[in-house]
Amino acid sequence: MQELLTYLQHPGLSHFLILSGLLFSLGLFAVLTRRNAIMVLMGIELILNAANINFVAFSRYVTTTLDGHVVAVFVIILAAAEAAIALAIILNIYQNFNTVNIDEINQLKD
Amino acid sequence: MDLYTIIFYLFAVITLGAASIVVFSRNIVRAAFALLFAFFGVAGIYVFLLADFIAVTQLLIYVGGIMVLILFGVMLTNRQINVDAKTGTVQTLPAVFITAALAGTLVGIFWSADWKVSANMSTADKTAPQIGELLLTKYLLPFEVASVVLLVALIGAAMIARREKKP
Repeated sequence: MQELLTYLQHPGLSHFLILSGLLFSLGLFAVLTRRNAIMVLMGIELILNAANINFVAFSRYVTTTLDGHVVAVFVIILAAAEAAIALAIILNIYQNFNTVNIDEINQLKD
Repeated sequence: MDLYTIIFYLFAVITLGAASIVVFSRNIVRAAFALLFAFFGVAGIYVFLLADFIAVTQLLIYVGGIMVLILFGVMLTNRQINVDAKTGTVQTLPAVFITAALAGTLVGIFWSADWKVSANMSTADKTAPQIGELLLTKYLLPFEVASVVLLVALIGAAMIARREKKP
């Protein structure tokens, strides 16, 4: 117990990693359970943020270079592109099927 | 318990609490606004990791750009007449088991692993110049490819979302 308290009082690398692990699990839960496609997209954004925290944390504590930061920038760029494309696809699906619940969209052509 | 620790836990609680609201809220508009606070908390975590450029980029792109896109998506795809912004869940029980097992495994590994923390931690006070230099030397090709990807994504999104006239 005393050991745990001492651990909690000094935030280090593993604290950030545990935070990102919990964030990843929450995002995965959203992706697995939500019916609305936009909610699934929000879960994916949470997962990407969790991965980014890991990159930046390792860059801060393990290496002396900033390569992790550059990878995080690329992840953010790809997340922006992915969100734009995914929302365009979702809008198109909504026009065709009149719903965005992914368990009701089970036909290639209506 | 110094101030650094207290503020770290404050940002961690903001991030995880907002993410929990995103995941467990039935109202999709409330989930979208909670996502805003989750992104904001992650930006604070980046500041703790001495990543000022990433933190500002997070605020600009996620909070300013992606959140607006998602809110547009929410508003354009919910039936406006019988306001039904609630969303259901499917296969909750298996997902709870899988997610809890994964979270336990990840936290256990992260907690127990003996990380090789560098003795001389990077304490660069300004990261933006170094990131810019890396982008134009070591990561020049990925940088250029990313610009092409953004252009293609822009054109592709406009093409896909355009309303086609039914013949």
